[in-house]
Amino acid sequence: MRPLRETWGETLAELGETNPDILVLDGDLATSTKADIFARRHPERFLEMGIAEQNMVGVAAGLATMGYIPWLSSFAVFLTHRALDQVRLVVAQPHANVKIGAGYGGLLTGLTGKTHQDVQDLAIMRAMPGMTVLAPGDEIECAAMTRWATEFDGPVYLRLTRDPAPVLFDVAYRFEPGRVHQLRDGSDVLLISTGPQTSRCLAAAVLLEATGVSAGVLHVPSIKPVDAHAIVAAVGRSSLVVSVEEHSVIGGLGGLIAEILTTHLPRHLVRIGLEDCWGESAPNDFLLEKHGLTAARVADRVRLELQDTPTRRKA
Amino acid sequence: MTSEGVTSPHAELEARARLGRWLVMSTVAGSGAGHVGGPLSAMDLLVALYFRVLDVRVEEPAWADRDRFILSKGHSAIGLYAVMAQRGYFPIAELATFDKGDSRLQGHPDMTRLPGLDASTGSLGQGLAVGVGIALGARLRGRDFRTYVMLGDGECQEGMVWESVQVAARYRLGNLIAIVDHNGLQQYGWPLGDEPDARGDRSEPFPGDTLRGIFDGFGWRVLEVDGHDFEAIISACADAGEAAAGSRPTVILARTIKGRGLSFTEGRHAWHARVPTADELEAARLELGIDASGQPE
Repeated sequence: MRPLRETWGETLAELGETNPDILVLDGDLATSTKADIFARRHPERFLEMGIAEQNMVGVAAGLATMGYIPWLSSFAVFLTHRALDQVRLVVAQPHANVKIGAGYGGLLTGLTGKTHQDVQDLAIMRAMPGMTVLAPGDEIECAAMTRWATEFDGPVYLRLTRDPAPVLFDVAYRFEPGRVHQLRDGSDVLLISTGPQTSRCLAAAVLLEATGVSAGVLHVPSIKPVDAHAIVAAVGRSSLVVSVEEHSVIGGLGGLIAEILTTHLPRHLVRIGLEDCWGESAPNDFLLEKHGLTAARVADRVRLELQDTPTRRKA
Repeated sequence: MTSEGVTSPHAELEARARLGRWLVMSTVAGSGAGHVGGPLSAMDLLVALYFRVLDVRVEEPAWADRDRFILSKGHSAIGLYAVMAQRGYFPIAELATFDKGDSRLQGHPDMTRLPGLDASTGSLGQGLAVGVGIALGARLRGRDFRTYVMLGDGECQEGMVWESVQVAARYRLGNLIAIVDHNGLQQYGWPLGDEPDARGDRSEPFPGDTLRGIFDGFGWRVLEVDGHDFEAIISACADAGEAAAGSRPTVILARTIKGRGLSFTEGRHAWHARVPTADELEAARLELGIDASGQPE
C-alpha cells in the first residue's frame, strides 16, 4: 500500500538506468511529485524548469523532436488547466512523445483545497484527440503503466495520486491499453470505477453482499482508449450501473460510461462523484464522505437506487 | 538594379522578397482569407533566413543536423509558405491550396502535415518554448546546429514568452536565436484620441520599444537591425550563430514596417488580415514589378 506518486518516481528512476533517453522536467515540485527520486539517481537528465508550467510543456515538445522521452512532473491542475493550450497545440495535435506525469490527481491532495484538486482532468484530457488517458488503481498498475507509457510513442496522461492506495493486483499484472478488469462478479448492480476509488468500491460490494445485494466491480484504468465492448459485456444483465470516481460527474468516467451505454446497451446509470462543484481543503475522510465516495456511502446509494425502483432488479 | 545603375549585392534576395510579397497577396486573394500585414513585414527576414542563413536540406527536410526554424507568430504562415515554396520545399502552385480543405498549407503551421516545419504554431507565445526544448536537446545530444524562433512584438505580450526567456538564459542556450519582427502594430491598431473610432497606425511610442531592456535584463544578448536590410539581417544572424554553446542566447530585434512593400498596406493596421480586392491585387502586382505570368520582372 504505497502512494502512486512514489511508485512513479521509483519506476522512472529504474527505467532511467537502461534508457538514456528518459528526461524528467520538473515545475519545482519534485519533492511533492516524487520526481526527486529520479533527480537523485540521474541528475544530468533531470531538468528543473522552474515555476513555469506553460514553458515546461513547450520545452518537452521540443525535446521530444530530438528523440527524447520527456516526462513532466507537476500537479495535475497545472498541467491540464494552466498549460492546457500548450498541451493542446504542441503535444496533442502533433502527437508529440511527451508523458504527462500528473501528480495530485483527484480530490485527496493533502489539505491543499480547490486550487490543487483536479476533478476535471479526465474530462479535459479525454476530449483531446490523440491523448492516452490512464488512471492507475494501485502501485502495481502504476508501475506497469509508467513502463508502458515510456515505451509507447505518443502523448500519455498518467493520473497519479498523493496518498497510499490499497493493492489490487499481483505482480503478474500486465498493462494493456483499453483493457478493463472485472474484480468482482455480481448480478444486481455493477460498480464501475477508476484509480484508487476501485478499492473503495470493492469494500462497498462487501457491505452490499451482507445485506443481500450482489454487486460486481469493474475497474477501468484506461479511460482512453477503452474497450467499450468489454464494458457492455460486464454490465450484462445488471439493471443498475453505478460509476464512481474522484472527479466531476460531468465528462469523466461517468460521462464515458454514459456514452457507451446509450450507444450499445441502455441501462439506468447513476454517476457518483463531485456534483458539478469545487473541492475544498479538508481531511480525506471528510471529502470522501461529503462527495459520497466512501464504501458505506456508495453502498447506501446503491441500496437507495434499488429501493426506489424495485422493478429494475427484475428487468 | 539600384538607382545608381549598380547591381545590388542582394538583388536575388530582393527579387525573391518581391515575389514572396506577391505570392502572399495573390494567395490570400485566391483563398479569400489569410493575413497580409505580418507576412509582409516578416518577408525580408524570412527570405534572408531561408536563402542565406539556415543550413537546411530541402531534399531531406528531416536531416538531423539541420538548423531549426520556428515561426512562433504562426498567423504569418502564408509568408513562410511563400518563401519555403521558392526554396523548393513544395511547388509554388501548391500555394493555391492554402486554407483549403485537406491542404498541407494550413492557416497556421501544422508540422504533422508539411515536412520542413519544426513546430506547430498559431496560438501566440508558444514557439520559443519549443525552441528552448530543441536547443536544450541539441546540447544534450552534442549536436551543433542553431535554432531560430521568430516572434512578433505583439506576441511578446504573452506571459509565456518570458517563462521561456528565463529558462533559455538559465540553461545558457547560446545555440538559440530569437528574432522579433518588431513592426509596432497589431490587429486593432492603437488609440489616437478619446473618440472610440479614433484608432490608427501610430506605432511610436509603444511599450514594445522596451524589448531591448527586458531581454537584456533577463540575460540575453540583444542585437538590433533594420528588418528590411538584407546585409544587416544576414550579418546579425551570423554574429548570433557564432555564439558558442555555453554562452547567452541572442535576440535580434528587427525593426520592420507592417505591410512592407506596398504603398497602400505599409504601416496600416487595417491590413492585418484583409483580403485584397481585384483592383488592389492588380495594384500590388504593378508595384511589386511582377509580370502577368506571376514572375518578377
